[in-house]
Amino acid sequence: MSVLVNKHSRVIVQGFTGKEGTFHASQMIEYGTQVVGGVTPGKGGTKHLDRPVFNTVEQAVKETGADVSIIFVPPAFAADSIMEAAEAGIQVIVAITEGIPVRDMVVAKNYLKTKETVLIGPNCPGVITAEEAKVGIMPGFVFKKGSIGIVSKSGTLTYEAADQIVKAGLGITTAIGIGGDPIIGTPTREAIKMLMDDPETQGIVMIGEIGGNYEALAAEWIQENGTKPVVGFIAGETAPKGRTMGHAGAIVGGKDDTAQAKKAIMRQCGIHVVDSPAEIGKKMAEVISGL
Amino acid sequence: MNLHEYQGKEILSTFGVGIQRGIVASTPEEAVEAARKLHEQTGTNWWVVKAQIHAGGRGKGGGVKLAKSLEEVKEKASQIIGMNLVTPQTPREGKKVHQVLIAEDVYYPGPGPTKEIYMSVLLNRQIGKFMMMYSPQGGMDIEEVAESHPDQIFTEIVEPSTGLLDFQARRIAFNLGMQGQAFKEMVRFVHALYKAFVSIDASLFEINPVLKTSDDRIIAVDAKVVLDDNGLIRHPEYTALRDIREEDPTEVEAREAGLNFVKLDGNVGCMVNGAGLAMATMDIIKLYGGNPANFLDVGGTADAARVEKAFRIILKDPNVKAILINIFGGIVRCDRVAQGIVDAYKNVGDIPVPIIVRLQGTNAEEAKKILDESGLKVHSVIALQEAAEKVRELVG
Repeated sequence: MSVLVNKHSRVIVQGFTGKEGTFHASQMIEYGTQVVGGVTPGKGGTKHLDRPVFNTVEQAVKETGADVSIIFVPPAFAADSIMEAAEAGIQVIVAITEGIPVRDMVVAKNYLKTKETVLIGPNCPGVITAEEAKVGIMPGFVFKKGSIGIVSKSGTLTYEAADQIVKAGLGITTAIGIGGDPIIGTPTREAIKMLMDDPETQGIVMIGEIGGNYEALAAEWIQENGTKPVVGFIAGETAPKGRTMGHAGAIVGGKDDTAQAKKAIMRQCGIHVVDSPAEIGKKMAEVISGL
Repeated sequence: MNLHEYQGKEILSTFGVGIQRGIVASTPEEAVEAARKLHEQTGTNWWVVKAQIHAGGRGKGGGVKLAKSLEEVKEKASQIIGMNLVTPQTPREGKKVHQVLIAEDVYYPGPGPTKEIYMSVLLNRQIGKFMMMYSPQGGMDIEEVAESHPDQIFTEIVEPSTGLLDFQARRIAFNLGMQGQAFKEMVRFVHALYKAFVSIDASLFEINPVLKTSDDRIIAVDAKVVLDDNGLIRHPEYTALRDIREEDPTEVEAREAGLNFVKLDGNVGCMVNGAGLAMATMDIIKLYGGNPANFLDVGGTADAARVEKAFRIILKDPNVKAILINIFGGIVRCDRVAQGIVDAYKNVGDIPVPIIVRLQGTNAEEAKKILDESGLKVHSVIALQEAAEKVRELVG
């Protein structure tokens, strides 16, 4: 078991023949992910990385039986690619692209409500199920197999957390990089739910940051429904109000979306919150050994 | 990207949004000329001189003044242009005023009373849709209204597939107590405002106040317009509206070099790959007794050229007593990053503050060796905890 992706996932790459698509598709193949082809409009019928290229996602799904797609399409066209994948029946869409206009994501997010599909991202490092499938841009070697799931808005901070978890002797089931944009397909709560339902996952690391209320909603859900320990960290305690900190969604707007406010509600809801990002692994080891 | 009031109003008016008309001026002489011209165009005999800075609450700080003659226009403009305007939304030291908007008087007497309204258009992040937020309690700080009269704040969620519907526009006008001609004008105003918002890829409109004039026109008297930076790919013409005088010069320089940088007021500079890890690094600096001097995401590659640029930007700040470089090398190998740091260090020359380099990930041990053997004043560590303790040792 695992969530979202596993060794049976049949993955296509949208934006396959571009620089990013090519590089990361190669890395994914090397990791052992079943990359079955890709889509680049206008290049259908050719081969790339020994795999077929299609003009449309619909054709790719029909010919390869793909059920997962990863998107490296430039920002101006990425929302369209997300909707194309959803329309073609892709079950899990992972959108890596950073910089998609908010208006496009408003349209795409609402379009997806009419489809049976899960969107991860955009502006995210992707999803990795340790030693089964990497559908993302993360360094695969960091994610050794184990019992802890990760949900995070950030890229390198996810790798940091995974590395600490592995070094604490625990290892990873699935790590979900949900993305740092104001609008994302799978907010914190929904990603946490998936890991709570995964029998292999014994503990969950939840990494958030300033801006929005996804962490607060997740914390309230965990208090009501949580069955596994959750260790939490929120980045941006020292971020000034009203400034965007790298991620488009990382901006303090009011008093409820500060790191302090989020950590307070997470603590109230029984989450093991650490103030230092260096203590994520240590805290999880403590919590798990105390079970 | 933030726009000035005068820029925002110009854009709004091209979408048929009623505005308080005005002309921007950079000197007292230009201000008088603008006032004269505005009199010809609109018949106004009084003028409002409004400081153009990227911050609200300008009236409270003395940045908005009424002038009842051309002499007064000159006098008020002289006072405001060049002043350091301090408002509740500016930094403590205030913001220098470079331009004023000479605007028509819209509070003239007429058949009915005037009424000030608050209206904004923004993203509701939780449900992923745009919404209009409005209140009949206009002209005051909306956060105060939210505290004192929460029942006086209304929202209208807009379905992306349909856009703002007529009944929604009517509901807004009814809730605002509009009647007769003012009602019709308000419905038209609301539609035009929403159309402008989506057409220009805005991320925030805040119009406070929207005014119902004594003769039942509906106009935007102020306009805070923020554009979605990611939307600028569709509107290259708006990038020219950026006023870099409003920004920290180091931030401007960093942006031009492709670095994501925010200036802060602490004593430990930092250079990190990835925005989340960069914020976490700032937090750990604080936890261990320092204060972050900046946010800086050096990006995925962290090559010598970028590291060098980042060094130079961080070192412009005289408050910086130490620099923490925190790189998680995944796809990019740590030994390459380490070599880049060594090369960049040598190019910059003598760096007067201690540097802590934390490299973790692929080839972290080799990277540490490169740094240790470089002969540079660099403390090389691998675990984040060690880096934090080093910060405490140096500045805590």
